[in-house]
Amino acid sequence: MRTCIPPEFIVKIDHLRCRRCRRCIMNCGFGTLSFQDRVVADNHKCVACHRCVTFCPEGAITVESNPLSFKANEHWTPAVIKAIYKQAETGGMLFTGMGNDRKYISYFDQLALDACQVTNPSIDPLREPMELRTYLGRKPNSLQVEVKDGNYVLATEMGPQIKLETPIIFAGMSFGSISLNAHKALARAASICGTLMNTGEGGLHRELYPYSSNIIVQVASGRFGVSQEYLDRAAAVEIKIGQGAKPGIGGHLPGEKINQEVSQTRMIPEGTDAISPAPHHDIYSIEDLSQLIYALKEATRYQKPVGVKIAAVHNVAAIASGIARAGADFIYIDGMRGGTGATPTVIRDNIGIPIEMAIAAVDDRLRQEGIRNWVTIIAAGGIRSSGDVAKAIALGADVVAIGTAALVAMGCRLCQKCYTGNCSWGIATQRPELVRRLEPEEATERLVNLVRGWSLELKEILGALGVNAIESLRGSRERLRGIGLNKTELEILGVKPAGR
Amino acid sequence: MKGVKPRIPSGCSIVGIFNRKAKRFSGSEVLRSIRTMHDRANGLGGGFAGYGIYSEYRDHYAFHLLYEDKASQLETESFLEENFLIDRSEPIPTRPHPNVTDPPILWRYFVRLKPHHKERLQMENGTCEPAIHSGQGDERDFVVQQVMYINRYIGGAFVASSGKNMGVFKGVGFPEDIGEFFRIDEYKGYMWTAHGRFPTNTPGWWGGAHPFTILDWSVVHNGEISSYGINKRYLEMFGYHCTLQTDTEVIAYLFDLLHRRHGLPLEVTCMALAAPFWKDIDRNQDGKAELARGLRQVYGSALLNGPFSILVGYNGGMIGLTDRIKLRPLVCAEKEDFLYLASEESAIREICPAPDRVWALKAGEPILVQLDEGVQP
Repeated sequence: MRTCIPPEFIVKIDHLRCRRCRRCIMNCGFGTLSFQDRVVADNHKCVACHRCVTFCPEGAITVESNPLSFKANEHWTPAVIKAIYKQAETGGMLFTGMGNDRKYISYFDQLALDACQVTNPSIDPLREPMELRTYLGRKPNSLQVEVKDGNYVLATEMGPQIKLETPIIFAGMSFGSISLNAHKALARAASICGTLMNTGEGGLHRELYPYSSNIIVQVASGRFGVSQEYLDRAAAVEIKIGQGAKPGIGGHLPGEKINQEVSQTRMIPEGTDAISPAPHHDIYSIEDLSQLIYALKEATRYQKPVGVKIAAVHNVAAIASGIARAGADFIYIDGMRGGTGATPTVIRDNIGIPIEMAIAAVDDRLRQEGIRNWVTIIAAGGIRSSGDVAKAIALGADVVAIGTAALVAMGCRLCQKCYTGNCSWGIATQRPELVRRLEPEEATERLVNLVRGWSLELKEILGALGVNAIESLRGSRERLRGIGLNKTELEILGVKPAGR
Repeated sequence: MKGVKPRIPSGCSIVGIFNRKAKRFSGSEVLRSIRTMHDRANGLGGGFAGYGIYSEYRDHYAFHLLYEDKASQLETESFLEENFLIDRSEPIPTRPHPNVTDPPILWRYFVRLKPHHKERLQMENGTCEPAIHSGQGDERDFVVQQVMYINRYIGGAFVASSGKNMGVFKGVGFPEDIGEFFRIDEYKGYMWTAHGRFPTNTPGWWGGAHPFTILDWSVVHNGEISSYGINKRYLEMFGYHCTLQTDTEVIAYLFDLLHRRHGLPLEVTCMALAAPFWKDIDRNQDGKAELARGLRQVYGSALLNGPFSILVGYNGGMIGLTDRIKLRPLVCAEKEDFLYLASEESAIREICPAPDRVWALKAGEPILVQLDEGVQP
C-alpha cells in the first residue's frame, strides 16, 4: 500500500558547502542518504538522530521538523493523525523505543529544594567532608551490641550490603537491546565510579566478568543467560517483574538482533526471536515470588542481595510491601517515564504512574508498616539531572537508577528508534559496522564524567541544605516544597506548598 | 499554644552542672551561670531541668504540665486519673516577675502506674515480641504513650516533663527571669541544665522553650537540626509523634529509642547520632569500624545533621555532644566532684572561677558523666 504519511523530518543539504565526501551516507544507520551526483535524502527514512549532522566536516547538513501543517486542532494532533495513517496502512501495533514522551506533569519540576540561611549554616563541600555513600541491602530494624575486650562490638549479623560511592546506579539495559560496547562502557564506568550497572535481561557477556563486583544481574521471565555462573559473576541479583515503559507485558527481541554473541550470552539459538513472556511462568502470586527470591538466595549462599524490579502502577505501595515481606533486599521501582528498547506505543504512553508519586507512596507505606529498613528503594524512570536525583531521594528513595541519561551521555539523541536495530550511534544496535562506532573507552569516560558531575552537584545541594551526609536528605520531605500542586498531590507527596 | 505554631529554628545558650557524688545544690548556681550569656538569648525562651529535686517522690513520675486554659486542664486531669494513681497534684510554685507575662496554667502531678496496668504490662513483657510501632511491656513505654497522647490530642495541654525525680521549668522570657519566676533557687538537685533561647522567626511560646523531654531524658540544644525532616519520620515508625514543631524534641526521642528501647549503650547511641565520617571509619578494619559502619547503615535516618551542641540529662548522668563538624560551641570544666558544660567558658568561670581543668569537646565526640558507683541521688 502506498504510504500517505508525510515525513517527520526534512534533511537539508547545503550543496554549496558539501564537498561530496559521502561521510554522511556512511554514517546514517537508516539509509536515508544516497549519492546521485550529489547527496540526496529520502526524508521518509530520517529519524533525526543527528549522526550525519554531527559528522559532516563542512557543517552542510541540517535536519528540521517537517513544517507541513495540518489544520490546527487541539484534539486531533498531527501525531494522532499520523498514528492512524500508520495503523490503517499496516494493521499492526505501533512500536516505539525510549520512555514516555507525552506531556504528563513532571512532579520533579513542581518541587523545589530548601537551603540554609543564617540559623543553620550551609556547608561548603570544597572545605568539609560531604558524604554520598549509600549501602544497598536489607537492614535490621535495630542493632545489638556486646562488649568484647572492653570495647563495644556489633553482635548483630548484617545481611549482604553493597557499597555505592554515590546513590546513582545504571539502569537495566540488556545486551541485545544495546550493543556489547555499550555494555562494556557501563560496566567499566560503574567500576570506576564505585557504583553498579545492571545487565537487564539479556545475560552477561564473558567480557564483563572482570567487573562482577559492580554488576546486578537480572532474572527475567525469559530467564535468558541465567546459570549458576551468571549468578556467581554478580554483586546482586534482580528479579524483573515489570518495567516502566511496558508494565504488565513481556518483551520481544527480534531474531535479526540475535547474532552469535547475543545468542551465546542469552543461551538461545542464533536468529531466533527472544521472547520474554508477560508473567514469569513460575510466578503467579506473591508466595511464588518469595520462592524465587529464596531460591536465588540459596543459589548465591545468602552472600548477595536479591531484589525485585517492578513498574510503578496504581497500587505500587501494596505490591512493594508484599515484596519486602517476601524477602527481597531491594525494590527497584520504574516509573511511567522509564525507557525501553522496544514497546508498543499505547502501553508506553498510557500505563503506570509517575515515579515521584510511586516513591512517596511506597516510602509511606513501608514506614507505616515499620518495615522501611528491610529494603533499599531504587527509583528510576525519567531521572534527568542531579536535581531530580536529590528530589527522588528527599521523597524517600535510597538510590536512583539512570538508563536514558546514561545512553544520552554515550551519544543517544532520543530518536526513539532503538527497536529498529539501526542506531547510528552504535548503542542500540547489533550491526557490527555500527557497534564499532561506539568506542568503549570514550563512552566509559563520558559516563564517568556524568556520574562525577552529578555527584559533585549532589554535594553542593547537600551543602546548601546544611547537611553533610546523603542519609540526612533521604526521606526528608521537609526539605521539599511544592509549586503549583493541588492539595491532594501535596498530601500524597508529603510535602508542604511553597511559602509554608 | 500548640499545633498552630510553625517550627522554630533557634540559636541559644546552654549550660549544665553535674555533681558526681550526688551532692544536691541550689538552682541559683545555674541561674547565675546562664545569666552571663544573656546576649545569646533574645527573651523568647528560657528553661531549666533539675535532677534529684523531688527526692520525697523519687519513685513517682513527676508530670509538669502547661495549660492554655481551664478546659484543657480538666480534660488532662481526667485523662491522668484514668491512667495513673495521682498521689499529689498542685500548682507549680511561681513568684510574680515583671518580665514574665501571660504565663499559662502551670501544674504538677506525682503519679504511679495503676496496679492492673502494671500486671498487663508484665504479661505483655512475657508473651509478646516488642512491637515496632509502640514499645510494649515496659512501664516506661506506657508513660511515653500517655505523654504522646496528651501532646497530640488534648488541645491546649502540653507536658513539660514526665520523669522520675526531675522536673522542667520553662517559659517565654530571658532564662534568668524564667528561673526567678519559677523560684528554682528554692530547689536542690545534683544536676541542672539550663537554656537561653534565640528563636529567629516567630514569637516563642511556652511549650517551645527548652529543655525538651520524654521520661527522664531532657535536652537543651544550641543549634538547629537540619535533618529534622527525616529524624521525625523515622521516629514516627516507632510511635513517637513530634507535635511540638521544634527540632530539638527529636533528640530526646532518639535517645529514648536507641538507648532505652533498642538497648544501645549511651556511647554507641552517641556514635549513631553524631556518626564518624566514612573516611575515618575506613581507616580501620577493627571491631569499632565494623560497629560504626553498621550504625550508619541501620541508623542513618537517626543521624543528627546540622549545627548543634546539646546537653542531655537523665537520671544519674549527663551527656554533652556536638555535631560532627562542631558548628556550635561546647566547653567543659572540672572542679573536684563537679563537671561543668557550657556554650561559653565565661558562664563556667562565673560560678567556678578556678576550675581544675578546662577543655573543649572534639567534634562529634561525646562526654558522658555519671554518678560515682554506689552513689544514690
